[in-house]
Amino acid sequence: MTRPRLERLQRTEPAPARLGPQPGERIDRATELTFTFDGKLVRAHPGDTIASALFAAGRRTFSRSFKYHRPRGLLCCAGQCPNCLVQVGDAAGVRACTEPVREGMEVHHLNATPSLDLDVMRATDLAGGPFTPPGFYYKTFIRPRKAWPLYEKVLRSVAGLGRIGAPKPHRESRTDYRRRHADVLVVGGGPAGLVSAARAAELGADVVLVDEGVEPGGHLLAEGRHELACALAQRARDAGVDLLAPAAALGNFDGIVPVWAGDTLHQIRARRQVAATGAIEQPLIFAGNDLPGVMLSGGARRLAALYALRPGEVAVVATCDDRGLEAALALREAGVRVAAVADLRPAGAGTAALSRGDGSSGGHADALRAVGVELLHETTVVKAEGRSSVRAAVLASVDPSGRERPGTRRLVECDLLVVSGGEVPAGSLLLQAGARAVYDPDTGRFNAGELPEGVHAAGAVAGARDGVEPELSGSAAGADAAHALGLGDERSRGQANEERARLARSTAPEAAPAPAVVGEGEGKCFVCLCEDVTAKDIAYSVGEGFDSIELAKRYTTVTMGPCQGRMCQLASIRLMARSTGLSLDQVGTTTARPPWSSVPMGVLAGRPFEPAKRSSIHARHRALGATVMWAGDWRRAYDYGDPEGEVLAVHERAGLIDVSTLGKMILQGPEAGAFLDRLYPNRHANLKVGRIRYGVLGSDSGRIMDDGTICRLAQDAFYVTTTSSGAEAVEGWFQWWQTEWRMDVRITDVTPALAAVNLAGPRAREIMAALTDLDCSNEAFAYLDGKRAHVAGVPALLLRIGFVGELGYEIHFPAAFGEHVWDAVMEAGAPDGLRPFGLEPQRVLRLQKMHILVGQDTDSESNPFDAAMPWIVKLDKEDDFIGRWALEQAQGREPVGKLVGFTMNDGASPNEGAAIVVDEGPAGRVTSSRFSRKLGRAIGMAWVPPSLARDGAAIEIADEGRRLRAEVTTTPFYDPDQERLRS
Amino acid sequence: MSFLLTCPHCGTREVTDFAYGGEVVSRPVTRPSARALNAYNYFRANVAGVQREWWYHRSGCRTWFQAERDTRTNEVVSVHLPSGDGGGRGPHEPGAAHGDLGGATVG
Repeated sequence: MTRPRLERLQRTEPAPARLGPQPGERIDRATELTFTFDGKLVRAHPGDTIASALFAAGRRTFSRSFKYHRPRGLLCCAGQCPNCLVQVGDAAGVRACTEPVREGMEVHHLNATPSLDLDVMRATDLAGGPFTPPGFYYKTFIRPRKAWPLYEKVLRSVAGLGRIGAPKPHRESRTDYRRRHADVLVVGGGPAGLVSAARAAELGADVVLVDEGVEPGGHLLAEGRHELACALAQRARDAGVDLLAPAAALGNFDGIVPVWAGDTLHQIRARRQVAATGAIEQPLIFAGNDLPGVMLSGGARRLAALYALRPGEVAVVATCDDRGLEAALALREAGVRVAAVADLRPAGAGTAALSRGDGSSGGHADALRAVGVELLHETTVVKAEGRSSVRAAVLASVDPSGRERPGTRRLVECDLLVVSGGEVPAGSLLLQAGARAVYDPDTGRFNAGELPEGVHAAGAVAGARDGVEPELSGSAAGADAAHALGLGDERSRGQANEERARLARSTAPEAAPAPAVVGEGEGKCFVCLCEDVTAKDIAYSVGEGFDSIELAKRYTTVTMGPCQGRMCQLASIRLMARSTGLSLDQVGTTTARPPWSSVPMGVLAGRPFEPAKRSSIHARHRALGATVMWAGDWRRAYDYGDPEGEVLAVHERAGLIDVSTLGKMILQGPEAGAFLDRLYPNRHANLKVGRIRYGVLGSDSGRIMDDGTICRLAQDAFYVTTTSSGAEAVEGWFQWWQTEWRMDVRITDVTPALAAVNLAGPRAREIMAALTDLDCSNEAFAYLDGKRAHVAGVPALLLRIGFVGELGYEIHFPAAFGEHVWDAVMEAGAPDGLRPFGLEPQRVLRLQKMHILVGQDTDSESNPFDAAMPWIVKLDKEDDFIGRWALEQAQGREPVGKLVGFTMNDGASPNEGAAIVVDEGPAGRVTSSRFSRKLGRAIGMAWVPPSLARDGAAIEIADEGRRLRAEVTTTPFYDPDQERLRS
Repeated sequence: MSFLLTCPHCGTREVTDFAYGGEVVSRPVTRPSARALNAYNYFRANVAGVQREWWYHRSGCRTWFQAERDTRTNEVVSVHLPSGDGGGRGPHEPGAAHGDLGGATVG
């Protein structure tokens, strides 16, 4: 070849591919639907896949390869290989061979410019060979070094397959999770899986069977044994098996097998698992083995049997075992002329009497000869001729070690080259469950070795013999699973033993191991179709020192593409063995990791499940035009459109805020007070009935966990409130210590049962008095009093506390009366100018009072001493309490920082989280920051070094490149003497 | 992490029903030394093997109980309500009917 030429697809129209009706065909010929491929209309029947419809319409090139942009055609027709990846709508990487057609679907090709049939990037194949070894982008494009960013940009635009659709505000589809517990999970709906599921269910087990095909049956469906598939599926259904199909098992995650079925991701946990995942037919490695027209025997048979398509006009078959011979016979039935069959095995193979009755007396070899098909032994294909599709196969005789015998070549014209390079057990789920892959030199297979507890295998994945007798193998495995669950009896055990014995006596299939590669030097021999890795590349990487399979995998990316090693793992191991001189066993396999099947990210993401809690008054906030935002799990009113005005209303008249989100607990029992004394650093047992005390809950390391108020309802009963976000944790904390201490106290969480509102402001007393018979005078109902009364006819607990810094009453009452009480308070307060206020105004109000927000102003290192609340710690308490020892230590220690208030000198509010700077180094941080209209200045709270924790100290704040100055304050900004609170 | 856990009250549930409470450690009975206090507060054995740990049936009966779990395999060897004041309740095998606790309750 003197200069690269761009290829063109053959111009002659292929003969109509659709065959006459086939038994068990999947298409509905009576109905027609249409979709588009690259904008052109394609006709199809329901039951067709994208690939079968396109094939029927004459398309033979389905994709362009990842690196060299070589044309690729249908190979496996089972969703295993990367050759038919297309874009469907916004979804890239859809396998055309398994994706059912839908009316109006828009399908596009991937990775070819301008079109599939004419791709200018093919130049990389024709010219780029010597320049594109593994890792070429770091080798070829590294000089001049300065140009790498440019190279990278170009390479990135060339790399990758498909387009990601434009972001959409709403997802078109959602996947829900479903947890399914079962006795037995069977993965794979071939004959082995169906029988094992049926058997386990017949013995009384609750069985789920999942199969990725649109109907169960596995390889039976492609082999013209549709009736048997239906009969076995019916047996399973009759036995009560829960049969999911199409449903793809994605992997084994700590015993949970996620199974993707339509819009549901089933998370199946079974006490026993049966893998009946079958085996994957392997390609052969020879020159031009990726040309359109090269097809696995299973792929060719599926096209014929399921979609009534003639896969080619003239076929050559190259095989290592009976599979190819069977395919030759089946293709002949489908009207394909079989020009030659090349069998790697020596003469005499394939003549053993068949165990499955199909009318013939001898083996497949005899059947082929009987119909005049030329059968060549110790022969394989060394090269596929053709530029954009197969035109001929070059066959040659090979010796038992896989070397071509010189002078034995023969050219056979064909447009279909059926290959069958043996099989690899689809053992990924077994390996993920903990089994190890063990090489069996007799069958040339990496079988799953000793199976982990709770896991069984049936059919071809279990072993070569099991693959020949799938029903026997399945029945035994299903019985084993049931027996392990304690089901079955002596008879069923006897039957399983007999089945095992029969299996052991059955003949293993005759197979010759495929040579690592033949025809090297005649053209590219592809090991990995996903990433365009050739046999030469594997040798090259070994030459560069990447001589372990795990290293070569990462270097060449073999087994890392969309097929995940299905087509290339065994071949790459064989090539590694050849290059390193090691045995296949020594080379070993790479680690099997989930997911086993391709799965859209959206399926794994599932439905966003964000439970929202709303107070019983929520509808009123909505009606009042509140800005509703998330606050932890709660949906809360952030403001009612005018946060500053809402703050002023609380200062000047009155405001009402919904605080139903507060955690609320009732502690009841003779030891309730003593219990609280052990949990809180201050005293509660001496609290008088009807009085309230603030409490800061600490851990044994002395850190602040939560805060709230505690009201003594009776001698043996306390009402404890917590922060909104800490409600659940505090209840858990109380329960935990109670589990240890077993004191005479009952803890009841009443958070969801009670609603609460805070009525605050100088006019609150008048409004309160109008709603209740209670004497609300300051003398009768003083600051930190708690009283029971009826409010608007509803029994309520009134707590006179002042989180927002004005005279205020927290009204706690049954949640069902939420709207009633809210409405009543709003109505009673209307003459006094009562306004609802939200979270944001509350934050400003509490900041003016330097009331901390746990978790915002404090962190996991903060203790009450450093957080400016030393008065809350009563180290003179007689008895032990949680955190006492740590606080005793902390008391005598200079803290790293202290929590203080600050006022901005120049008016600008820093961001929360801004750094306190001392000597150009970070020395603290701003935890709260707001502008207070009431005070006319920006205020905040911050952790500062102890030396600066004094009134009037100047601090410097670094905030987004700005340097701000502030002055430290250690007393509340507003009403430091609590006069308004107590008024 | 995914495995089944048996609440002594409610029976076998997905582990996501529960909150993990960490290794079972004993709180010192009398005022500890600084070293002992820090060990209690901050140090955990973090064993690769069977450990005794706290679980809270957060989405269920809200009971704290203890489990013996192999941290390598997540195999739960046993679960039981803590004996606390020496109630002498034995370990409870996961999967067994929860009736054999004899109506034991916490507190």
